[in-house]
Amino acid sequence: MSAEQGSPEPTQDQPERVAIGISFGNSNSSIAYTTAIEGKAEVIANEEGDRQIPSTLSYVNGEEFSGTQAKAQIVRNPRDTITSFRDFLGKTFEQIDPSPCHASAHPVSVNGGAGFVVQDHTEVKQPEKSTLSVSEVTTRHLRRLKQSATDYLGKNVTAAVVTVPSDFSDEQKTALSASAQKAGIEVLQFIPEPIAALLAHDAKAQIAAEGGPASEHQDKIVLVADFGGTRSDVAVVASRGGMYTTLATSHDYRLGGSSLDKVLVEYAAKEFLKKHKTAKDPRETERSLSKLTLDAESVKKALSIGGSASFSVESLIDGLDFNLTVNRTRYELLSNKIFMAFTRLVESAVQKADLDILDIDTILLSGGTSHTPKIASNLQSHFPESTIIISPSTSSSAINPSELSARGAAIQASLISEFEKEQIEESTEAVVTVTPHLHNAIGLVVAGGAAGKEEFSVLVEPETPVPVRRTAQLTVKDGGDVIIKLAEGGRSIVVSAAEKATTNGAADSDDEDDDSDDEPEENRSKVWATQKVIAEAGLRGVKKGGKIEVQVNVAADLSLTMVCREVGGKGGVRGVVQAARVELNGNAA
Amino acid sequence: MATIQLTATLPSLPDGWSAEKDFKPIDHLSAPISRAIEPVGPHFLAHARRKRHKRTFSEDERIQAQQTVAKAQEEDPGDISEDEDPALLAREAKDWKTQDHYAVLGLSKYRYRATEDQIKRAHRKKVLKHHPDKKAASGREEGDQFFKCIQRATDILLDPVKRRQFDSVDEEANIEPPTKKEVQKKPNNFYKLWGAVFVSEGRFSVKYPLKDVPKIGDANSSKEHVEEFYNFWYNFDSWRSFEYLDEDVPDDNENRDQKRHMERKNNNARKKRKTEDTQRLRKLVDDCLAMDERIKRFRQEGNKAKNQKKAEKEAAEQAAKEEAAKKKAEDERLQKEKEEADKAMKEEGKKAKEAAKNAAKKNKRVIRGAIKDANYFADGDADAKTIDGTLNDVDALILKLDNEEVALLSSNLNGKDKTGAKVVFQEQVKTLVDAGKVKEGELKWLA
Repeated sequence: MSAEQGSPEPTQDQPERVAIGISFGNSNSSIAYTTAIEGKAEVIANEEGDRQIPSTLSYVNGEEFSGTQAKAQIVRNPRDTITSFRDFLGKTFEQIDPSPCHASAHPVSVNGGAGFVVQDHTEVKQPEKSTLSVSEVTTRHLRRLKQSATDYLGKNVTAAVVTVPSDFSDEQKTALSASAQKAGIEVLQFIPEPIAALLAHDAKAQIAAEGGPASEHQDKIVLVADFGGTRSDVAVVASRGGMYTTLATSHDYRLGGSSLDKVLVEYAAKEFLKKHKTAKDPRETERSLSKLTLDAESVKKALSIGGSASFSVESLIDGLDFNLTVNRTRYELLSNKIFMAFTRLVESAVQKADLDILDIDTILLSGGTSHTPKIASNLQSHFPESTIIISPSTSSSAINPSELSARGAAIQASLISEFEKEQIEESTEAVVTVTPHLHNAIGLVVAGGAAGKEEFSVLVEPETPVPVRRTAQLTVKDGGDVIIKLAEGGRSIVVSAAEKATTNGAADSDDEDDDSDDEPEENRSKVWATQKVIAEAGLRGVKKGGKIEVQVNVAADLSLTMVCREVGGKGGVRGVVQAARVELNGNAA
Repeated sequence: MATIQLTATLPSLPDGWSAEKDFKPIDHLSAPISRAIEPVGPHFLAHARRKRHKRTFSEDERIQAQQTVAKAQEEDPGDISEDEDPALLAREAKDWKTQDHYAVLGLSKYRYRATEDQIKRAHRKKVLKHHPDKKAASGREEGDQFFKCIQRATDILLDPVKRRQFDSVDEEANIEPPTKKEVQKKPNNFYKLWGAVFVSEGRFSVKYPLKDVPKIGDANSSKEHVEEFYNFWYNFDSWRSFEYLDEDVPDDNENRDQKRHMERKNNNARKKRKTEDTQRLRKLVDDCLAMDERIKRFRQEGNKAKNQKKAEKEAAEQAAKEEAAKKKAEDERLQKEKEEADKAMKEEGKKAKEAAKNAAKKNKRVIRGAIKDANYFADGDADAKTIDGTLNDVDALILKLDNEEVALLSSNLNGKDKTGAKVVFQEQVKTLVDAGKVKEGELKWLA
């Protein structure tokens, strides 16, 4: 895809394509663009100053409110307020889960799909409400987002890259694409939310380390945990030289920020009832519950930053005001079960990918709920110390997790905005994206450690798409003739139990056994072992303390070329291992 | 990619290693996995460009590429589908204690085996069907009782602690131990029926995850396996607990004594149930052990081996005894034979001596007789002096000769006439003289 200009003469309707990134969430949406000069992704604040724009539309006497204003209407005007509609797109009414909409407008069946019945017109003559399909609602919401971006940029936004959950079906994408088209936005590409988040993170890391050695992409396994408002998605991604391959995903459709809100609501309601013995339960009344839920959300957000926060609801029920201060410890105790569920979800994704927690190099937390410090610290204690957790509470350089996917979308938009739509589609075809990935690691057999035992030193990680080229340098201290063995290696997890309690005691020692319930201390470590030697090369007469460079090149057909030479020296050894049959192409220079 | 810096040292070239151009390919790379790269990011653009340049775009290839890609996004396996029992749908949410949470979610064939993921999916499936807002939207006002049941079931099953409490008292998952009759109906029934019982009991294991709990095995299981199996079950460490059956503790602050009383009662009930459960399990294992043909077989084999050993030992002892006896007898026999031989020899010797004596006497007599017959070598009538001298000389000669020679002499003399006898005597004397036994002229009467 070269930057050729498909249509050199701009059409009259669209003088220039202006593309942004849109993160369209169930709870909140974000829009982002990339600055023309620096190429940095920035999230756009809408006219209200919000960077996380609630995906909510509300109709008050026919007038449309959106964003934060619409969200506030849940209390007073719940049945004309539409929330959490993204997941209904492109699904039949039987397939949708109406739970997140319980407090707002309830979905109804419209032509087999989902829809909402709201009073969206002002004419007094027509007292009946009108029925909006989900795609219509989506169009209206996207139109709002487009307007905000256009106002901010001063240019008419015509195209966008939109992030969707990794399990979004083709029907859903088609429906979303059609709704966007109606709103005047051409969807250039749908990209999975975890990948967008990772792209944004990597782009920032690259800019931060501009020119330095770290500016190159390192091979790593990244777990992207997207903890949203009503659902959570986890993806295990192999990042290899800047290319991403999703190894496994796992989803939970009822675990999210709202689960935490609910815990706070329960707690607040109980405290309220303690104070006011005769009062009605605020959870039983819809409006009180909505008030409490909205307040709980802001308390939760405040507790991610501060040590304590307070509920302050005027006229919660029966004219009674409600004030309650919650500190973070209390909140974390109350929500412990939810936090554990987050950790379990993350763990399940690792298992689905057939990996061990030791294989995860980085955990990138994305989504609004990721602000919660306890989630990050739980993950840190569950995963080995070598795993880097990227969240606002553990890393000061982390991007705001709420903005990650929008930024990623904006970066992708800037990369592809110059291409024709067909070109983009062709490039995302399976023929292009499906690529053989190495099953095992490729590396060198070296003598390491004091004992001089043979060890396996990784050059190319497993799950690396081919073609791939890796170069390594090592110093030969003693000089002389050396042998370079190239091998495939596999990793295994070695568990060395540190003092394991014997539990096979007699049956009558039940009481004592309870004490030994603590898990025995285990030292788990990742060990690479040589599985089969692929090739050997001999390099003669290396200078004392000289450096050797080994380059491994795996072609798309899995044939392997190995070049070994002494840095600064003449000659070297070069050989090819064919994919199908062994053939020697010795070509020593 | 930046150059990787390795700190390890390379092994030196082994002696005698050589290869054409110093490079030796040994093996191929393993087969790769097809996965889809995310079409995102600058590096992907480069990849796409590389790939598209030599692309051959046939429909076949496109479909193939899509089919072979390893699934990162799994689809619903559709394993959760059970008919809903009308009685279940009519349940009241407040009776949740008696509710079968697995049945509510349509997981009754999985029960304790259901994974968290399955529970989540089952819950979602049920919510999609039974959400009250949805029902209200389609004009069916049926109340939200079953929906609450679903929520309650999910709450319990997704909470690891509560799920264990429920699993502990989940009667549906228990499998009744088979009776002896059932076991005897078919040869392999024992392993089938008891195996199922122990798989279901194994869910309470603290020590192992469900799949690692020792299995009952089959008729061909080794003795070690069977012993390990029973040892495991006799020392079973169970997490089963009975909080779920607690009576409700009043949650008001008014009657603290009542509350404490209830708590105590509950605690005691739990303990009692736990003890009963331990006893139940023990009896279960006892029963199983009693019916286990393998144990009998092992015992028989053991006995057999023991008996055999014993028999062997006895045989060995017997053999040793026999051997000893035999040896003794042999010794005795030899002794006896020897004695007899000695005796016989003695007697023989005696006899021989006597015979020899007799023979000698006889021979002597013959010799003397021969002298007498030869008329004492005298011509005409022998005078007394000749007779006497000759006889004396013969006696002296006989004395000089041993028995054989006497015998020989006598036999030589036999049948000889006067001259022949004289010649024999003369020869005999000559022989003696030659041998130096007799001096020349000593036996002059015979010469």
